Amino acid sequence: MADAVAKRTGATPRRLPYLLIAPAGLLMLGFIAYPMLSVLYYSLQNYNVTKPWRNGYAGFENFTRIFTDDPQFWDALAFSGKWVVTEVLLQLLLGVALALLVNQTFIGRGIARALVFSPWAVSGVLTTTIWMLLYNPSTGISRYLADAGIGMYGTSVLSDTGTVFWAAVLAELWRGVPFFAILILADLQSIPGDLYEAASVDGAGRARQFFHITLPHLKDAIVLSTLLRGVWEFNNVDLLYTLTGGGPAGQTTTLPLYVANTGINGHDFGYASALTTVAFVILLFCSILYLRLSKFGGDTK
Amino acid sequence: MRAAPALAEQDSGPALSAPAAPVPPAASGKRRGRSVDDGVPRWQIYAPLGLYLLFTLIPFYWMLLFALRPAGSTSLVPWPVTGEHFAKVWNERAFGTFFQNSMIVGVASLVMTTVVALAGGYALARFDFRVKKGFMLALLASQFIPGALMLVPLFEIFKNLQMINSLGSVIIAETVFQLPLSIILISGFIKNVPVSLEEQAWVDGCGRLRAFCAVVLPLLRPGLIAVGSFAFVHSWNHFLFALMFLSSQDKQTIPVGLNTLIGADSVDLGALAAGGVIAAVPVVIVFAFIQKWLITGFSAGAVKG
Repeated sequence: MADAVAKRTGATPRRLPYLLIAPAGLLMLGFIAYPMLSVLYYSLQNYNVTKPWRNGYAGFENFTRIFTDDPQFWDALAFSGKWVVTEVLLQLLLGVALALLVNQTFIGRGIARALVFSPWAVSGVLTTTIWMLLYNPSTGISRYLADAGIGMYGTSVLSDTGTVFWAAVLAELWRGVPFFAILILADLQSIPGDLYEAASVDGAGRARQFFHITLPHLKDAIVLSTLLRGVWEFNNVDLLYTLTGGGPAGQTTTLPLYVANTGINGHDFGYASALTTVAFVILLFCSILYLRLSKFGGDTK
Repeated sequence: MRAAPALAEQDSGPALSAPAAPVPPAASGKRRGRSVDDGVPRWQIYAPLGLYLLFTLIPFYWMLLFALRPAGSTSLVPWPVTGEHFAKVWNERAFGTFFQNSMIVGVASLVMTTVVALAGGYALARFDFRVKKGFMLALLASQFIPGALMLVPLFEIFKNLQMINSLGSVIIAETVFQLPLSIILISGFIKNVPVSLEEQAWVDGCGRLRAFCAVVLPLLRPGLIAVGSFAFVHSWNHFLFALMFLSSQDKQTIPVGLNTLIGADSVDLGALAAGGVIAAVPVVIVFAFIQKWLITGFSAGAVKG
C-alpha cells in the first residue's frame, strides 16, 4: 500500500507534505528545539540574574560541580530512581490486574470500567487537593480511624519522614493505575478468542493461559507503556511539587524538582541548565537501555 | 455470544410447560459460563473489583463531603448540604475568573492541537518525503523532553515575544508539548482509512481537501475525539506553565488557584474541596463522554501507529 501512496504523490504538488508538516515543525523548532539548544548553551555559562557580575563562559565548570561537589544532585537522582521504579512497577501490576478483571463479562461492566478509570483524567494538583483532605491529621481519614480505635490522633503522614514516601506513592498510584489499565485493556481486546478456546481444549488452566497466551501478547504494550510512564513519572513534578514541595527535609525531591528549585527560586540558570542536560542524557540512556534489554518489537517466546 | 441464549430458548421453549420456565435463563447462564474469557466464579470478579472501587471512589467522596458539609462539621454524610464553600471560592477566591481562563486555554489548545496534528498526521500517513524519518524521530525524541525542565528558556522566549502574562503563552506551550503524541496518534488513525476511498473521491472530481473532508474526516471521528479530549484534559490540568508564565491573578488558571489554596497559611479545607470539585467537573464530563472511545481509540491508533 505504501508504494501505491508513493505513486499517487507523483500526481500532487511535491511541496504538499512539507506544507502540511510546516506548522507542527515550526512550533516544535521554536518551542522545543530552540529552548533545548539554549539549555545546552547556558549549561556552559555562569548565568545568574542575581549575580550578573559573574556571568560569562564557564566551560565545564557547572558539570564538574554537579558530579564532584553537589550531594543534593545525587540525593535527588537516587530519589527519582526510587520513585520511578516503585510507581511504574506498582502501577503496572495493579493496572494489568485491573484490565484482566474488567475484560471479563459481568453485569455492570460498563459502569465499573468508567468508575475505575476515572482518576485517569485527574490532574496532579487536584490529586494533591484530594489527598491532602484525606491525609489531614485533624479531619482526615486517620482521625476517623483513631475514633474507631485504629492508629493515633494527630499523625500527619506528609510531615513524617518515615511515611511521606508511601503517602505520596499511594496518591500517585490512585491516579496512575488507570493509565496502564486502559492501555492494557485495549491490547487485551486484540487477542483472538480462539487461542483461549484451543488452549482450554488442550486442558490448559487459567494460570497457564495467562502465562502462555496473554502475557506474551501483551509484551510490547507493557514495554511501551512502562517506558512512557517511566519517563512521565520522572519528568512530572505537579504532584510532588504541590503535595510535599520536595520535603520534608528534601526527602521527596526528584531531579526535575531540584532543577526547578535551582533555576526558579535560586535564579541560577546556568547551573540549572547543566542539571537539565545531565537529566536528559540519563533519561535517554536509561530509555535506550530499557528498550534494548526488553528486546522491544522482537520475537517473543 | 448473542446466539447462545437464543439457541437455548429455542431448544427448550416449545417442549417445556409453564412450571419449568426458569430453566432457559439458567441454561443460557451455563453456556455463558463456558465461553471464552469467562469461566470465572462471579465472586472472584466482584470481590477484588469492589475493593478497588473503594480505593478509587473514597477519595472522590471525601472531596465532595468536605465541599458540601458546613464548615466545622465532622459528619461523614454531607447533610445538610451547604453551598457556602462554593460561593466563597467562586467569588472571593476568583475561581469564576480562573474557570473562564482555564476554559479558554483548554479549548484553544484543543483546536490548535487537533488542526496542526491533522495536517502533520496526514502528511505522515499518506506521503513519502525526504525528511519523514527525521520528523518521526523528532516526534519520538520530544517525548523525553520534560516541560518542567524547559521552563526557564521558554520563559525567556515568551518574554521576548512580550507574551508573559497573556494566555497565549500558555496555549502555545500546552499545544507544543501535546503535539508529538497527537500527530503519532492521528497518523495511525488515518493509515487505517483505505487510500482507495480517497482515490474514489478524486476520480469523482473532488480536490484533495474536499475528498479529505468528505471521506476521511467522518471516519476519523473516534480518533479526533480521543486526541482532542487528551489535549483539552491535558491543558486543563497542567499547572507549571500557567504558574510560571501568568503573573496577575486575573489571568491565572484553576490549577494555579488550587495551588494557592493548598499553600495558604491556614488551609480552608471546605474552600479547597469546593475548588477541587470545580476543577474536576469539566474533566469528569469529558471523561464520561469519551471513556468508551478511549479503549478503541488506543487500540486503533497507538498500537498500530
